[in-house]
Amino acid sequence: MVIPGQTPPTNLDEFLEGIWKQNPVFVMVLGLCPALAVTVSAVNALAMGAATTFVLLGSALLVSLMRRIVPREVRIATYIVIIATFVTIVDYLIAAISLELYEALGAFIQLIVVNCMILGRAEAHASKFAPGRALINALGMGIGFSIGLFALGSVREILGAGTLFGVPLFGPDFQPWVVMVLPPGGFFVLGAWLLLFNWWRNRKPAPREPVVAAGEASHG
Amino acid sequence: MSEATLQPVTPSAAMIRTLGLVATVCGILLVLTYQNTLEAINANKRVALERAVFKVIPGAHSMKAFHVGKAGLVPEGGAVPAGAVKFYAAYDQAGQLRGLAAEAAAMGYADMVRVLYAYNPAKQAIDGFGVVGHRETPGIGDKIIFDKAFLKNFEALDARLGAAGDALANPIRVVKNGGKQNPWEIDAISGATVTSRAVARGINDSAQKLVPLLAPHLDKLQGGQ
Repeated sequence: MVIPGQTPPTNLDEFLEGIWKQNPVFVMVLGLCPALAVTVSAVNALAMGAATTFVLLGSALLVSLMRRIVPREVRIATYIVIIATFVTIVDYLIAAISLELYEALGAFIQLIVVNCMILGRAEAHASKFAPGRALINALGMGIGFSIGLFALGSVREILGAGTLFGVPLFGPDFQPWVVMVLPPGGFFVLGAWLLLFNWWRNRKPAPREPVVAAGEASHG
Repeated sequence: MSEATLQPVTPSAAMIRTLGLVATVCGILLVLTYQNTLEAINANKRVALERAVFKVIPGAHSMKAFHVGKAGLVPEGGAVPAGAVKFYAAYDQAGQLRGLAAEAAAMGYADMVRVLYAYNPAKQAIDGFGVVGHRETPGIGDKIIFDKAFLKNFEALDARLGAAGDALANPIRVVKNGGKQNPWEIDAISGATVTSRAVARGINDSAQKLVPLLAPHLDKLQGGQ
């Protein structure tokens, strides 16, 4: 976001925006359906993060290339078609790479299409900037989203199954905390991470950026 | 969005042009991806199915898919007769029939529970079981995959053909945990009754159709590579 009276952000700023300053999971709290639903294991979380990053990059590139020819009246329809295309592509690719992973992620690959973070990025960023900058921002957002999912997935897998990446951590006597891999566990872990994240941000007395950018969707 | 509202209204032709262009570009991308991944996806599916069949029929080395209907036995790829049931015949390295497997499905707690069971024609019993797909509650319903006591039900689950030859002698059914008295009953997992019942209903529905249709053709499958 370029705010008048401020120097335009460098590429590094643009990249880091999604990872830290506007992390989709921890700061913008966007795309919560996949963030809560598929993060029962670290592998699922990373796969979902990678799939979402791919869709973000593809849609950012196309939206940015077409930004001058898309009339504003039909821009949302255009973005949705573009996003849906890349979601379908990623759907085929994952089924081709590993059917087990495809089964594990289930319907949530198709549901990337309604991940408001991606539409939000297309509307708030990619449609306003040149492809290079849009791609850098999309990559940062994708990595930030993956980090968020991994933070949820690893904690839930460790507590809920006693494993990390399928490797047992605690020996045979560990009694898995099953609630952690059930939907309520997702909320508990997300809540705990948000608490930690916000405490860390508020600890510093430095003036803070506005959390939600203009034109950004704020539900998910 | 203040500058956007000042823009003149876009003519319809421009909108149609843009949407048409976007749809064309996206359509081409989709077709390319579909064609390039189709082979890998089908190969993956084949491997996954083979692995599942070999798991329920130990000692199997190769398998063939068939459809069996009232009109007879058709290898997969031929015209499927109406009302036919699909099953897989698994053979060992010497080409001898090791067993038959078929898919079964029934509604569980959250979604369809899809399983694969092995039918042993010599024993007239179901002697293998594996879960193909499910969305049951982790920690509760998914016990059907690994619960040892539950899997013991499928070591020799009676599936004898009835005297009339058009149905099983005794329908396969689920009983309350610990209540199994007959070889055609399945002991439910306590706490996961709905999922256990789905497994039993799925296998019963499938076996009731498959076993009677299969009976006249069993000799053709022996060593029938």
